[in-house]
Amino acid sequence: MPTLVVEDLHVNVEGKPILRGVDLELERGQVHALMGRNGSGKSTLALALAGHPNYQVTRGRALLDGVDLLALTPFHRARQGLFLAMQHPPEVEGVSLREFLRLACSERGQGFCEFHKHYPSAVAKLAMEGLDSRGLNVGFSGGEKKRSELLQLYLLRPKVALLDEPDSGVDVDALRLIAGAIRDLAQSGTAVLIITHYPRILDHVPPQSVFVLEDGRVAERGGYELAHRIAEEGFEEVLR
Amino acid sequence: MSDRVATARLSRAFVEALSREKNEPDWMLEHRLRCLELFEKLPMPRFGPDLSELDFSDLAYYARPVAPVRSLEELPEEIRRTFQALRLPEAEQKALAGLGAQVDSEVVYRSLLEKVRAQGVIFASMDQAVRDYPWIREYFMKVIPPEDNKFAALHGAVWSGGTFIWIPPGVEVAVPLQSYYRMQTERVGQFEHTLIIAEPGSSVHYIEGCSAPRYTRAALHSGMVEIIAKEGAKVRFTTIQNWSKNVYNLNNKRAWVYAEAAVDWVSGSLGSKVTMLYPTSVLLGPGASTENLSFTFAQEGMWLDAGARAIHKAPHTTSRLVSRSVVQGSGVSVFRGTIRVEEPARGAKAHMECSTLLLSPQARSETIPLLRTETDDVEVGHEATVGRVSQEQLFYLMSRGLDESQALSLIVNGFVSPILKEIPLEYAVELRGLLEMSFEKAVG
Ligand SMILES: Nc1ncnc2c1ncn2[C@@H]1O[C@H](COP(=O)(O)OP(=O)(O)OP(=O)(O)O)[C@@H](O)[C@H]1O
Ligand SMILES: [Mg+2]
Repeated sequence: MPTLVVEDLHVNVEGKPILRGVDLELERGQVHALMGRNGSGKSTLALALAGHPNYQVTRGRALLDGVDLLALTPFHRARQGLFLAMQHPPEVEGVSLREFLRLACSERGQGFCEFHKHYPSAVAKLAMEGLDSRGLNVGFSGGEKKRSELLQLYLLRPKVALLDEPDSGVDVDALRLIAGAIRDLAQSGTAVLIITHYPRILDHVPPQSVFVLEDGRVAERGGYELAHRIAEEGFEEVLR
Repeated sequence: MSDRVATARLSRAFVEALSREKNEPDWMLEHRLRCLELFEKLPMPRFGPDLSELDFSDLAYYARPVAPVRSLEELPEEIRRTFQALRLPEAEQKALAGLGAQVDSEVVYRSLLEKVRAQGVIFASMDQAVRDYPWIREYFMKVIPPEDNKFAALHGAVWSGGTFIWIPPGVEVAVPLQSYYRMQTERVGQFEHTLIIAEPGSSVHYIEGCSAPRYTRAALHSGMVEIIAKEGAKVRFTTIQNWSKNVYNLNNKRAWVYAEAAVDWVSGSLGSKVTMLYPTSVLLGPGASTENLSFTFAQEGMWLDAGARAIHKAPHTTSRLVSRSVVQGSGVSVFRGTIRVEEPARGAKAHMECSTLLLSPQARSETIPLLRTETDDVEVGHEATVGRVSQEQLFYLMSRGLDESQALSLIVNGFVSPILKEIPLEYAVELRGLLEMSFEKAVG
């Protein structure tokens, strides 16, 4: 059984229907990609699953290992094993990434020692040295914010990871670091969904399945090659 | 004090008996009586919170007439819960409730104090110091004369307890001195007087109060702090105030800062019903400087009227006033920042920065900056912001598995971190705990 099952999900934003019946399954230890035009609702799907208060689910289900996520508050969803790496993470003044992660990890039952065992190598893996003692995301460049999200994801080891454009605005070297972390995660059993516009990141972490969102639904699904077709021919052609 | 005195009204006879009881020199009795006369003449403050419920004819406001609680069970439920949550040892709880318990660690403090005294430092109770050092007369209530305001005059008439510190020239006191060291054996007065004299080139850090809630049945606390930092001396004064929610906490704090000397005020206010507190630095000599870092947390039903004043009277003096206010429930937070640069203070630099974080729709705050400069050769900066906790930040932190009160307290901690990081670690840790508890209550 897939780790995450989304069935017939309908989501309104400010009373306007954005998602109209999304069906999706994410398998344990596999990488999936979600593509779609700007404004097609990719971020909406991710935020609604994470429980953002602005996104009202009007119909449908989302089960994580059989537990209905939609009945839970955002932090209970997280404690259930869901993680969202945001497209635009906010800044939090005066709270360092390190301090924040320490707290978040202890909430997941990671002891002080365990945290300090994994922490330095994770920071090194994502080249976050020095940034982790600054205010959380405060003044981080676009690429640094993406690495900050990945570091959090990497340390929290969720069952399901939704990554909203982890590759946009990221330089070639950083992309390699990010892709490496994602690969590690999938290998350790996390079900990964990468939202992206480019096959470049997918070349580093080849997905088992690719979904295309259009008109509020998953309009097309396929394998790795679907991502390349989109890159070459465009949505217009592929979705025809 | 005998019961007869305690049940008397505030009067000449009361003040005389108080002075006699303390075995004070004549000059102090004269001073008290002069203050009493002034108190009767001076008007109530014409600004700030509502003080109309303060009844000066009710002696429950003075000195020690109010019987302390006899056991911890008599404390209000809220305070008992907080003590438990902070896991305070019973002896410490008793000390905070005025039960006069001895704390085991006193031995440690004693050896610490012996070291400090070996450096020639005087660290004594104010009552004792007035009897032992006649020369205190030259300094006592000179920085804040009783004419200054009604509460200064009241304080001068009925003050009791407090701390006297004298640092010899050139002596640096390595460990912070704390009122806490003495709190175990003496009940904390409602009108304690603290006088710190730092001779040229000396330095000291004094910490007053504690972050755990302190319970008293008396309704008025009106302490006074006077600091004299002579040439090149450095004094830091940290106050953490968490009086129970029945207390009017109206204080006077002022420093004279001579050439090249520095006085820093660090204040955290979490408790009381009403607080009025505006630590003031008078920069008297060239190159004198001051910093004033203030953190207030106004909760349901509280009015925290805090501020800072820097008076520049000499060339090349600098001041920096920074405040962070957090307002919850129906709390009110007012920040009054005064910077006055007088004519001789050429080349002065002054900066004021106050930010407020509102946690509820009913929370109220106001920032009242008063900048006055009498010379052109001066750099004055001022910033003020008021904000609310953003939905996006809360959601972000919660999506990482923090519950709402954890997320909120992390955001608030971050907001006050410029002040919190200046507060000694053990206090800062306790403050964080207290913040988190108050959010648990609020979020439910
Ligand atoms: N808070 C909001 N208020 C109003 N409209 C919104 C809000 N959030 C999203 N929308 C609308 O919902 C639609 C889907 O937006 P969403 O951000 O999910 O798209 P996306 O597929 O992630 O696009 P992109 O590729 O540009 O990131 C858009 O038309 C957007 O304008
Ligand atoms: Mg998007």
